[in-house]
Amino acid sequence: MPNLIELTPRGWYCPAGDFYIDPDSPVERAVVTHGHTDHAYPGSRRYLASASSVPVLKQRLGPDADIEPLPFGQSITINGVKVSLHPAGHVLGSAQVRVEHRGEVWVVSGDYKTVAEPSCEPFEPIRCHVFITESTFALPVYRWRPQSEVMAEIHAWWRANQEQGRTSVIFAYALGKAQRLLAALDPGAGPICVHGAARVFLPAYEAAGVRFPPIDSAEAAEVRRMEGRALVLAPYSSFRTPWFHALGPTSTATASGWMQIRGHRRRQGVDRGFVLSDHADWDGLLSAIRETGAERVVVTHGYTDALCRWLREQGMECWKASYGRRLHEEVG
Amino acid sequence: MKLFCRLYHELDSTTRTTDKVRALERYFREAPPADAAWALSFLIGRRLPRGVTTTQLRQYAADFAGIPIWMVEECYEAVGDLAETLALLLPEPAEKESLPLHVLVEERLLPLPRLNEEERRAILETTWRQLSGPERFLWHKLLTGGFRVGAGRTLTARALAAVAGVDPAVMSHRLMGPWQPTAADYQRLLSGDAVEGDVGKPFPFLLAYPIEVSIETLGDVRDWQIEWKWDGIRAQIICRDGKVLTWSRGEELITDQFPELKQAALALPNSVVLDGEILIWGQNSPRPFSDLQKRLNRKRVTSRDLKDYPAVFVAYDLLELNGEDCRTLPLYMRRERLERFLDGWQVPGTLRLSPLLPLETWAEVAVHHALARECGAEGLMLKLRSSPYVGGRVKGVWWKWKVEPFHVDAVLINAQAGHGRRAGLYTDYTFAVWHEGRLVPIAKAYSGLTDEEIREVDAFVKANTVDRFGPVRAVRPELVFELAFEGIQRSSRHKSGIALRFPRMNRWRKDKRPEEADHLERLWALLPSETDSR
Repeated sequence: MPNLIELTPRGWYCPAGDFYIDPDSPVERAVVTHGHTDHAYPGSRRYLASASSVPVLKQRLGPDADIEPLPFGQSITINGVKVSLHPAGHVLGSAQVRVEHRGEVWVVSGDYKTVAEPSCEPFEPIRCHVFITESTFALPVYRWRPQSEVMAEIHAWWRANQEQGRTSVIFAYALGKAQRLLAALDPGAGPICVHGAARVFLPAYEAAGVRFPPIDSAEAAEVRRMEGRALVLAPYSSFRTPWFHALGPTSTATASGWMQIRGHRRRQGVDRGFVLSDHADWDGLLSAIRETGAERVVVTHGYTDALCRWLREQGMECWKASYGRRLHEEVG
Repeated sequence: MKLFCRLYHELDSTTRTTDKVRALERYFREAPPADAAWALSFLIGRRLPRGVTTTQLRQYAADFAGIPIWMVEECYEAVGDLAETLALLLPEPAEKESLPLHVLVEERLLPLPRLNEEERRAILETTWRQLSGPERFLWHKLLTGGFRVGAGRTLTARALAAVAGVDPAVMSHRLMGPWQPTAADYQRLLSGDAVEGDVGKPFPFLLAYPIEVSIETLGDVRDWQIEWKWDGIRAQIICRDGKVLTWSRGEELITDQFPELKQAALALPNSVVLDGEILIWGQNSPRPFSDLQKRLNRKRVTSRDLKDYPAVFVAYDLLELNGEDCRTLPLYMRRERLERFLDGWQVPGTLRLSPLLPLETWAEVAVHHALARECGAEGLMLKLRSSPYVGGRVKGVWWKWKVEPFHVDAVLINAQAGHGRRAGLYTDYTFAVWHEGRLVPIAKAYSGLTDEEIREVDAFVKANTVDRFGPVRAVRPELVFELAFEGIQRSSRHKSGIALRFPRMNRWRKDKRPEEADHLERLWALLPSETDSR
């Protein structure tokens, strides 16, 4: 009997239901877990996605994309296969895909984090027979400290920069990380400026009920007028651009799980690295896997070798699947 | 340890010199002298003997964290720094204690070599239970002797000079002495009182800059003193009050490793400080650097060593004569005095003058540059005749003009993840050339590629791995690189029978297919004949 879900050159495919999950080229029918570019690929005929991710996906897939919204927890049937979406806690609207056919339940995790925070729906463990999990940070050196501690570090750094008249610039992924940071920043500490690349997603978040502090424009001249009091949220791609140089004196930081490793931070060429990830850490991955009660685990996207070997040594049935030509973006 | 940890963090999170000096100053002002003395010693690069091997350290840490050793290796490969890997892997301590740096070093680190396995493990586990993550990272760096921070001796000396209220050059000279990392010596460094046993510390060395302009732009050739550039150990011989000290540029006292130089210097009539190069001399020219290495790090120098690898000191500058500091004199006057002084006191084969090349035109200079390798030198030195002897690397005073390196086209066969800034990227490569239809490894190289090329090769390695041996990946032999290297030696330790000196990647030969890479025979042809090298 064929597997309920298989890895094909285009991505995960359900033969019984004839649909793909996060395909990386155009297909007839695609279920999309979330709006990051390595998961949401334009050009498919029909999409299915969580209701709260639709505004973001419209930005990524184009306004004319045919996206059917599905609220979390509700199911639809595609060619006799029951499909439902459940929060993955990665970014706003990010989903795990639950697929059920003839009594067999598979869950594709997409990207996920197990720690709850206000900018997205919290991860929900789903019981299943087979769990297909990501493994971006599947090594025990990756253990996250609580967000409150990291935010305290960020605010202390911001204050120190203000004393020296330097603008604080945090590079963060435009979708997800920037909004998560914004929701956790203290507007009493100083003006907060958001780069356009991250700003476009704010309405979608607000529509979903996420509350943000008031923000200022990140136009260089505006930021400069604030004489080093401001904190700017911007994508890494804006580092060392003319816009960046026009900001005047700055101190730079990157917020990402990769910042756990000193070498990654130094390679980025920023002054500080804040360890803040939208992926599960080692303990998060293990607890998520345990809570699914899965008999079999398929590991993809990341440190597949290490996680697979670890799970096998714990007596679990496990194999790895690699996306091959697909390179996972280092969004951390 | 807390203050030292904060200092490290501050130094590590900025690239601005002023911020670094400020952080160092603050540390030296706040830290208790007993701790500051050790911090200073580590900051200027002094090392302690290793009390535990990295293999033991990994195993103890794996046991303590309750994870298998293979997982430690996987993590190490991803992190690229053992001290950091272990710091991240170990569970956070229940109660953190504040251990002063000097206690940590003197009571935990220094006794390690004398302890048995069980006691050693116990000390490490106790310490792990007391230190926080960032403190452990530093603790591991000290344990493995890998402590390095982007401050270095110049900035450290500058900060300490500010604390002591003296000129940085004065502090930098004080730091070169034989002081011990104790509170008492640290305070003497600050106050300027002589440290016990301090008959002679070297003057800060004048370091040459690689020439970056065409020689014709240097003006009149007669303004320059031109010498061979020797491939030996830069050293100062200090001869005062009937005592002789030989210092390497790394500020290690190497007097006892070269007793023949001490003997020759003891015969000198006056007190003097000479700057020059230690070499192993053959019949007419110096022997390769690898011969000199055989004289280093010996516990005892045997008469056999002295006979097989006789050392000479080739003097090229005079820094002090009869108690008078000559460093402010222009080079041509120092040279005159040096020649006059050594006249009649040269010991053939042991103490000699570095000859000047009497060249009248830049064209002649260029010709001699091309001849350097044949004369056993690695290039030319161009020294401004009017210049004083200033410490440190100063542009435009001494230029070094090295000979063009050798080249070979070789195939990438193995790759290993890098460390530090290159952690998690495949940046350390093994290269091979053809011999009897097979690829034979000839060199490892790590440097020379741009960040973009590194990323490209990294992706190639990941997609073309054919085998794995621990952290090493064997890759499909497809990529060809032109390696540059400074010299070639016979070596019985390598399968290829040769060892290259300073191999690095010169360029990526994307235009070449692997079968177009060089053959081992071409490298053999570059070997000096057996008789020449002696």
